[in-house]
Amino acid sequence: MSKLEIKSPLPGMFYRRPSPEAPPFRNDGDPVTADDVIGLVEVMKSFHEVKAGVAGKAIRFLVEDADAIMAGQTLAEVDA
Amino acid sequence: MNIRSVLIANRGEIAVRIIKAAKALGLRTVQVYSQADAKSLAVRLADEAIEIGPPAARKSYLNVDAILAAAAAAGVDAIHPGYGFLSENGDFADAVVAAGMIFVGPSGAAIRLLGDKVAARQVAAMAGVPTVPGSDGRVLDLIEARAIVSKIGFPVMIKAAAGGGGRGIRIAQDFDEFDRQFPQAATEATAAFGDGGLYLEKVIERARHVEVQILGDGTNFVHCFERECSLQRRRQKVWEEAPAVGLPAGVREKLCASAVALARSVGYRGAGTVEYLYDEATQAFYFIEVNTRIQVEHPVTEMVTGLDLVQEMLRIAGGLPLSAGQDDIAIRGHAIECRINAEDPDRNFMPWPGVVEKLETPSGDGVRFDTLLFDGYEVPPFYDSLLGKLIVHGANRADCLARLRAALRSLKIVGIPTTLPLHTVLALDPDVVAGRFHTRFLEQWLEARFAAPASVKEVV
Repeated sequence: MSKLEIKSPLPGMFYRRPSPEAPPFRNDGDPVTADDVIGLVEVMKSFHEVKAGVAGKAIRFLVEDADAIMAGQTLAEVDA
Repeated sequence: MNIRSVLIANRGEIAVRIIKAAKALGLRTVQVYSQADAKSLAVRLADEAIEIGPPAARKSYLNVDAILAAAAAAGVDAIHPGYGFLSENGDFADAVVAAGMIFVGPSGAAIRLLGDKVAARQVAAMAGVPTVPGSDGRVLDLIEARAIVSKIGFPVMIKAAAGGGGRGIRIAQDFDEFDRQFPQAATEATAAFGDGGLYLEKVIERARHVEVQILGDGTNFVHCFERECSLQRRRQKVWEEAPAVGLPAGVREKLCASAVALARSVGYRGAGTVEYLYDEATQAFYFIEVNTRIQVEHPVTEMVTGLDLVQEMLRIAGGLPLSAGQDDIAIRGHAIECRINAEDPDRNFMPWPGVVEKLETPSGDGVRFDTLLFDGYEVPPFYDSLLGKLIVHGANRADCLARLRAALRSLKIVGIPTTLPLHTVLALDPDVVAGRFHTRFLEQWLEARFAAPASVKEVV
């Protein structure tokens, strides 16, 4: 079974939920399709969606909600 | 003056600006900073610097306890809040005073009063300042709503009382549309906000954004004339001028007098800005809101009046009377400010932090560049995208624009995308040069001439 990586296109703060009260976009173990939004990156007070870009049976996040991230950092792995 | 030392509870270019003003008055300066700002210009320039927490603003620049602890440790007399962050938080102003220090700004009570949109509108109306025609608070039903619209005229905005930030707004051009939209808006507002309350406001079409700088020491109140900030993108000002283009002298006099009347009615202490919409066709102006802090665009006022507004704020907070009477304040020439942001105009203004490899700043008569940048500075991703403000002063607007074009050519920020190219094009645009603009001008202009498909979708 191969692992695919989802990398952040932007530096900033990574959020796993659309708003603080909402449930996460995806939980560990959830299947994803390429078009699924898996998080938001806040950069300089604007918010940008991060799409999975890959499809797979189970996603596993490598960063926590509200973690500071770098551009190109791996946010999650997906079992293909 | 009762202030010998001041703590700057802010960051970026305004922190640098406040440090310079405080030093000019001979004050000791203490800069607080987050872990992301340890190498900032403000930290370098201040006499002392104290770390107050992690990069996220709510854990550092919005952390009241950490800021008050730093102020106590440094033994400062006063705290200057800058703009944004805690600058318009009345409870913070009260907490600074309760801790035995001076808050550089109006009282907590004044901040709360003028910060409440409905209360501020009532204060303005009582001081004789015209407000945007509309309903007096919530409208209960369609019959009452129709009666109000008959008085104020179309087009009219139907706004959700619980909405905000542009959400929950519908515009009706006539009674047919209004009768259909009013019940729909109530249903939608109930679904979206859990509150179906609606209010009405007349749409001021092709309005200009003008604002009056005021100063008060609690006894005397003056205006420092107006600024025009009509060039905006997503309600963010991009380019500001002083004075406003094409404002007849008689209108200017009434506009500025109304701002002074409002300041006097609340016994204002400090620097503030009264914002208006100006309808060029009818020469009518309407109150929008009061900002109880220093504004980003304050330098254009400084350039045309010769006042130092930040020094004035510190003097007022230190118990001194206003340094200038109304008769001492006059407009000399014209000034324009361009906000240079770390955003890529070719990619739908995507913010992009990074390292400034090389910085070349313009100099010369009437040119000022307020910035947080230096060679090798790494712009952090955690705060707003403002890198600097290019402010140019000329004998008149044409002279100012000519100097601005030259200054834009000599300003070089290498390493990250910035909005410099946008300003270069704007400074040559025939409509901008002629002063033909309104608050929706820039977004329409961008759609027509500057837009490119975004590679990453912005969601908020």
